[in-house]
Amino acid sequence: MPENVALFTVRRLSLLVPQALGIVTLIFVLFRLVPGDPAVIVAGPNSTAAQVNAIRHELGLDRPLYAQYGRFVRDLSRGDMGTSLSLRLPVTTVILARLPATLVLMVASLAVTVALAISSGVLSAVRPHGVVAQAVTAASALALSIPNFLLGMILIEYLAVRLRLLPPAGTGGPAFVVMPTLAVAARLIALVSRTTRASILETLGDDYVRTARAKGLAARTVLYRHALKSAMVPVVTMIGLQAGYLLGGSVVVETLFAYQGLGQAMITAVSLRDYFLVQGITVVYVVGFLLVNLGVDLSYAFFDPRVRFT
Amino acid sequence: MSATAGRRLTRVLRAPVTAAGTILVAAYLMLGAGGPWTAPYDPDAQDLGAALQPPSPRHWLGTDDLGRDLASRVIVAARVDLAVVVLGLAVAVGTALPVGLVAGYAGGTADRALMGLSDAALTFPSLVLAVVLVSLVGAGLRSVVLALGLTTAPALARLIRSLVLTAARAEYVEAARALGAGAPRMIWRHILPNIAGRVAVYMTLAGSYAVLTITALGFLGLGVQPPTAEWGNMLATTRTYLATAPWLIAAPGAAIVVFIFAVNAVGEALRDLFDPRLVWGP
Repeated sequence: MPENVALFTVRRLSLLVPQALGIVTLIFVLFRLVPGDPAVIVAGPNSTAAQVNAIRHELGLDRPLYAQYGRFVRDLSRGDMGTSLSLRLPVTTVILARLPATLVLMVASLAVTVALAISSGVLSAVRPHGVVAQAVTAASALALSIPNFLLGMILIEYLAVRLRLLPPAGTGGPAFVVMPTLAVAARLIALVSRTTRASILETLGDDYVRTARAKGLAARTVLYRHALKSAMVPVVTMIGLQAGYLLGGSVVVETLFAYQGLGQAMITAVSLRDYFLVQGITVVYVVGFLLVNLGVDLSYAFFDPRVRFT
Repeated sequence: MSATAGRRLTRVLRAPVTAAGTILVAAYLMLGAGGPWTAPYDPDAQDLGAALQPPSPRHWLGTDDLGRDLASRVIVAARVDLAVVVLGLAVAVGTALPVGLVAGYAGGTADRALMGLSDAALTFPSLVLAVVLVSLVGAGLRSVVLALGLTTAPALARLIRSLVLTAARAEYVEAARALGAGAPRMIWRHILPNIAGRVAVYMTLAGSYAVLTITALGFLGLGVQPPTAEWGNMLATTRTYLATAPWLIAAPGAAIVVFIFAVNAVGEALRDLFDPRLVWGP
C-alpha cells in the first residue's frame, strides 16, 4: 500500500471518534428535547399523572440533563440501550436478532446495483446513441419516478400473485430477498447507471486514456483496465450519496414485505410507542450510515491514486 | 436575461421531454390550486351501493372501497401532497439560506459551528430522521412538513455555503467589495442572483425527492392521516385491492409517478441550463 493511502486511511479512521460522539449527542438531544415527554409516551395515552411521574423517576428522566446524558453515553458504550417495552427484551437483543436480515437486504441491493448499473452504464457509454442506451435512459427515468413501495406492490402482484415465482412476503431463504432488493435498489441502479455512463464518456476523453490507446492497446482493454477503474470514483460517490436513501428505503420496503429486519421492527416500535426500541434502532441506522460513508471515503484511495486527504 | 441565455432557455424548453414536463407540472399545480373546485364530486362523499366500480363515464377513475369518487380523491390529494412539498421546501430554504449565507460569507467560527451542526444532521438517513420526528411529535400534516423541511435543510445549507464561497471569490464581486459595498448589498445584489440558478436546480430535484418521502410516510401510516386523501395513504388503505380492483392502485400510483417524472424532466432541463456538471440532486 502506498504511503499516502495508509496515511489517508489512518486520518480518516481517526475522524470516527468525534463523529460518533457528535451522533450520540444529536440522538440524545433529539430524543430528550424534542417536544413530547418520553415518560408520557412510555406510559401511554390513558395514564394518570402519578403513573407518568413514577415512570419518569424509574427512567431517570427527573434527573438533570447532564446526568441523563452521562448515563446515556455510559450505557451505550456498554451496549445497553434499555428495554423494549412491547417485547420485554433488551433492545440490544432485539436489534441483534433483526440486524442480519437488513444487512442481507442492503448487501444484496449494493450487489445488484453494481452488477446491473455498471453493465448497463458501460453498454450505453459504448454506443451513446444506440438502442441500448435509449432503453437504459427510458428505464432509468421510470425507475427514478416510482416510489419503492409502489414498485414493491407491483412486483408482489406480478411475480408472486400471478406468476407464483416468489413468495409474496415474509423472511426465509434467498427467495424472500429478491423482491425487496429490487424495490429498494431500483432508484440506486438508475442513478449509478447514469453516473457510470457519464463518467466513462468523460474519462474516455482523458489524456491517459488517449495515451493508452496510442500505445496500441485494444479499445476493450483500455475501457476495462483504465477507464473503468477511475470511472468508479463517481459511482462510489453516488452510492455514498444514496446510502441514506437505501437505509431509509429498507424501513419502507421491509414494512411492505413484512420482512423481519430492523426497518420493519422500527415501524412496529413506532406504532406501539416502544420508545427505547425506536431510539436503539435509530442509533444502529445512523452508525450504519457512518460506516458506509467511511467505506466510500476509503475506497476513493483504492480507485483513484490521485486522492489526497484534505 | 442576456440574448444568449434567452436562446439557451428557448432551446432547452423546446426539447419534447422538457416541454411535456413543464406542461404536466403546470397542470398539477393548477389542479392542486383548484382543489375541491376542480374535483367532479365531493371527495369524501361515500356511496356504499356504488363501491369498487371500475372506471366509467360517470366515475372516470372508478370508485374506492367506500364508494368515493377516485378521480376527485386523487385531485384533492394532489392539493395536499403539493402543499406539503411547497411548505416543506419553504421550511428547508428558510432554514438553509440564512445558515448557508452566514457560513459561506462570514466564515470562521460561525462557519465551523453551522457546518458541524448540518454535518451531524446529515448523518441521519433522511427517512429515518423523518420517522423519528413524526413518532416523537405525532403523525399529521404539520409533522410531515417539519420532517421534510428539517431533512432537506442540511444538504441545502452545505450547497448554498459552497456556492457562496465560490461566488464571493469571483472578480466582479471583489470589485464591488473594493468599491465599498457592505455585506447586505453584496449578498443581495451580487451573491444571491449568482447562486439562484443552481439553488433552483437543487430545489427542483429536492421537490421530486420530497414526494417520495411524503408518500412513503403516508404509506407507513405516519404521514397525512386518512380520511384526508393523500397519494401515499390512499395506496396504503387500498393495497389489498391490487388484484380485484387494480384502478384503486393505478390512479394514485400514476399520479405520483407522472408528477415525479415531470418534475425530474424540468429539473434536468434546469440543470443543463445552470449546472451541467451536477449529476443529480438529493
